[in-house]
Amino acid sequence: MAKNISFTIKYWKQNGPKDKGHFDTHEMKNIPDDTSFLEMLDILNEELIEEGKEPFVFDHDCREGICGMCSLYINGTPHGKTVTGATTCQLYMRRFNDGDVITVEPWRSAAFPVIKDCMVDRSAFDKIIQAGGYTSVRTGQPQDANAILIPKQNADEAMDCATCIGCGACVAACKNGSAMLFVSSKVSQLALLPQGKPEAAKRAKAMVARMDELGFGNCTNTRACEAVCPKNETIANIARLNREFLKAKIAD
Amino acid sequence: MWLINSSIGKKIVMSVTGIALILFLTFHACMNVVALFSGEAYNAICEFLGANWYAVVATAALAVLVALHFIFAIMLTLQNRKARGASNYAVSTKVNAGKVEWASKNMLVLGVIVCLGLLLHLYNFWYNMMFAELAGVEGCIAPSDGYSFIRLTFGCPIYAALYIVWLVALWFHLSHGFWSSLQTLGASGKIWLCRVKVIGNVWSTIVILMFIVVVLFFAFGFGSCNAAACCQPALDCCEEAAANCGGC
Repeated sequence: MAKNISFTIKYWKQNGPKDKGHFDTHEMKNIPDDTSFLEMLDILNEELIEEGKEPFVFDHDCREGICGMCSLYINGTPHGKTVTGATTCQLYMRRFNDGDVITVEPWRSAAFPVIKDCMVDRSAFDKIIQAGGYTSVRTGQPQDANAILIPKQNADEAMDCATCIGCGACVAACKNGSAMLFVSSKVSQLALLPQGKPEAAKRAKAMVARMDELGFGNCTNTRACEAVCPKNETIANIARLNREFLKAKIAD
Repeated sequence: MWLINSSIGKKIVMSVTGIALILFLTFHACMNVVALFSGEAYNAICEFLGANWYAVVATAALAVLVALHFIFAIMLTLQNRKARGASNYAVSTKVNAGKVEWASKNMLVLGVIVCLGLLLHLYNFWYNMMFAELAGVEGCIAPSDGYSFIRLTFGCPIYAALYIVWLVALWFHLSHGFWSSLQTLGASGKIWLCRVKVIGNVWSTIVILMFIVVVLFFAFGFGSCNAAACCQPALDCCEEAAANCGGC
């Protein structure tokens, strides 16, 4: 049974990376609890526009949890209450109660400067991918499906790693602003498959070097990233990246 | 040099020095436990590890390990602070509670406590033992009479309490440090992560308990004051110190 809830929303306003920023508040009345969080923000913006105020800026795109565009630190957790692993766009108002105060903040990390309000610049992740998150070997014509044998376990694990959507929740939650969960997932998805093996050493070194250069922090294994990841990536990936990196450096 | 320049390299230095220090602690704890059974045997170890060249070299190596662990910790922390940025979250919930261990977030603070404890420890023991022997300082207790030193130091309730606090901080530090160091070396995975954590917790608990038992043993005055090997050379100052601290 859907019911309507009323609550206060406290949302972050910031004009560019240099601005100090502040919270604005708005009373939301009678929002059906089967409204998604982003739909609720759309309603908020409609109301702000009617009041002649500046709308609240936030990132979103596919609204089905696969693009990694939506961000938002909701009530102290990236993507809100992602108990089972879901993005902000998959969060529904039924997770909240009547009379709540909902605080919405941007990802806060030096490597993700605020563009406007809760929209942050996550192009650093693209730069890490450009450094080596691909295969450049000539693969020729598509082969028979079973020509390259891949153990089921590896295939599954590589797929799990590949589900990382690069939303940046790991960096946002990390007290060190470390991107290791993202980088390790992207290294793992290829390291686990034979197609990724020829460039594995080069990839690990290049992506880690780029990550360091872009000002991300150092992983101290607090596991905050793993706890908030909407795709349930594990720090086993980070161990794999460490292994790949160490192997590559020793081989040099 | 990738061990200094790259993030993973720096962590590998932290992890290797950390593992070496854990092994040293294990050795040290085993050595201490001997004092529970025999003052003479303990003093024989102290004699063996006095101002002999191998003991001095090993001490110097330990100092280098601690220094590296400390310097790299500062370097990493400064970088991490910078990467985190100046703005803090207004709300940070406990949704992660249970998943993010307290020790993992406070390794630097714990490390500083461990370092302060180490300074106290060096002042209490190393300064009076190896250093005194090297410098040829004549104390009222012979430098190799380690048994008297532990009995007197832990006989003082304030020192005993400080050492317990220090050891508890060390336990928290190890409870994260052990598995974290293996994770950094890549010796971990979905299955081994849990195993390494259990092994680490059991290992650090045993080692720290071995230390604590020795402190408590002497704090509650179970150390034999009349053992010839222990007190005879230093009976005067033993009594003096005991009078000051209320031990013995």
